[in-house]
Amino acid sequence: MSDETAAAEEAGVEAVAEKAAVDLRFGAVVGESHGDVVLHASVEIYLEVCREAHADGFDQLIDLTAVDYLTYAGERTLPGGLTPERFEVVTSLINHVRRERIRIRTQVSADEPTIPSLFDLWPGSEYLEREAFDMFGITFADHPDMSRVLMPEDWVGHPLRKDYAVGAIPVQFKAASNER
Amino acid sequence: MTITDETPETIDGAARVRQRGEDAAVLRLSEAQAAAIGTDATTPDDDERVLLNMGPSHPSTHGVLRLMLEMEGETVIRSKPVVGYLHTGMEKQAEQLTFLQGCTNVTRMDYASPFFTELAFSLATEKLLDISVPERAVWIRMLMSELNRISSHLLFMATNGMDLGAVSMMIYGWREREEVLRFFEKVTGLRMNHNYIRPGGVAADLPDGWKGEIEALLELLPPRLEEYDVLMTGQPIWRERLQGVGTLNTDEALALSATGPILRSTGYAWDLRRDQPYLAYDEVDFDVIVGTYGDCYDRYAIRLNEIRESMRIVEQILDKMPSGDYRVQDKKVTPPPRIRIDQSMEALIHHFKIFTEGFKVPEGEAYACVESPRGELGIYMVSDGSSTPYRMHVRGPSFINVQAMPHLMRDSLIADVVAIISSVDPIMGEVDR
Repeated sequence: MSDETAAAEEAGVEAVAEKAAVDLRFGAVVGESHGDVVLHASVEIYLEVCREAHADGFDQLIDLTAVDYLTYAGERTLPGGLTPERFEVVTSLINHVRRERIRIRTQVSADEPTIPSLFDLWPGSEYLEREAFDMFGITFADHPDMSRVLMPEDWVGHPLRKDYAVGAIPVQFKAASNER
Repeated sequence: MTITDETPETIDGAARVRQRGEDAAVLRLSEAQAAAIGTDATTPDDDERVLLNMGPSHPSTHGVLRLMLEMEGETVIRSKPVVGYLHTGMEKQAEQLTFLQGCTNVTRMDYASPFFTELAFSLATEKLLDISVPERAVWIRMLMSELNRISSHLLFMATNGMDLGAVSMMIYGWREREEVLRFFEKVTGLRMNHNYIRPGGVAADLPDGWKGEIEALLELLPPRLEEYDVLMTGQPIWRERLQGVGTLNTDEALALSATGPILRSTGYAWDLRRDQPYLAYDEVDFDVIVGTYGDCYDRYAIRLNEIRESMRIVEQILDKMPSGDYRVQDKKVTPPPRIRIDQSMEALIHHFKIFTEGFKVPEGEAYACVESPRGELGIYMVSDGSSTPYRMHVRGPSFINVQAMPHLMRDSLIADVVAIISSVDPIMGEVDR
């Protein structure tokens, strides 16, 4: 490749970055929230972002959870032209050597709530992903044991979804003698 | 067993915990599958593996932990912790409670160290509110956290002794813990589930004479800890029972997202108080205790010595406790003082509004974490601008540490299973939430 084409290509990349006016890290859009570094990703690039973060020394998956934005009253704008979806998977990673934390917020659509599992990168994601599946019904592809963890195995529904009503199950008490 | 190149011993730690299927330490079996095995009427051959159920109501399972153990003779091959028996939907409930009521909810999660969950909840809320609490509140929070770490580890000493047959330890640990709880009762009104640390500061100032109480406590504890050393640390039976049992190396612990004493027992010095300081931990002097072998004995020794380190911190807090306000004077989050309510109608309304409607928290999301006696305790909070959290997630260290159990139990004897459960020190209220 000649120097000219390389320079032209470089200029092209710069132009794209300038157009979007966003910083990228591991291929995801960099944001900020109350002093924490937040990366915004889509399901398509999620695994690749995590893989690059893992290679960059983020040696521990500290947390993984989901949020259902169905009834969110506030405004939802994401940097880098990402489309907000109903579900969001929030993955927190930690780099012990640099004492650095990042949080990856990934948009997951309600029509197809599936996202790759991080089990092969950080096996510690097993329970956290099971919990997210249990509570939100988000399936983690290639997870070794995609089953409920807190709710009974035969439970119907996903309790932390916003359209899952808070209710009470009537408790049947056995007839107690009322001699007193 | 002959050691060949294919034995798991040659695989590095992170790869071992990443295994799936038959080789894995984790038994991935549904209830229906397990039940089908149980009804198989054919008598097992000598070399056949047997599925054994342990718990949920077993005196050594620390509440309602159930284990499915795949046994080969007396040796555990694969295992599966079954959790959820205490699940009451506390994260869902948190969405119905205001930010001020939230502490009463979260304090019931890890009931052995309630201040830490209150603290993480308050820190996350304060992050969203963008307020900082007064110096005195910070140091009171630190004081209560460290005393709570002492009481939590004393509880561990008691149950760990009990689980391993040092039954008198149960009484000893409980006795010392009660001394700490007595101080909590004096300060907060309750022995447990305090709702003392709240967004904006703490609920009340320290009572008169608190320094004397703490000094008495700091005088009482060291000889008792030496007693523990005599009773347990140096005892050959105790050492035999714990050393080399339930080992984990650093790679495995990191890969399994384990934190706290489990990670530190492998020789990895990681303590949020030192490495990502919150409150005023950068102004006090203490050591991070680490182990060497990652076994049950190291986890025991770490907790025993962490009591001593916490006492060192408490001593420094006694000297450095600043004067001033114990809660932020931001009228948005802090109710007016009691005396004002009798004098002014506006103060009465203000008080009423804060406790019925709560205060509104700006839109956004935040994660705050603290080093609880069991590891990193984090709260992820999303607010949509109303007075209740839109979503509150708790990263319970007990929940995540439970998944290390099958790896700790692999190839160990059934008698050691009890020692391993005990050394992980899970609080089921936090596991199931």
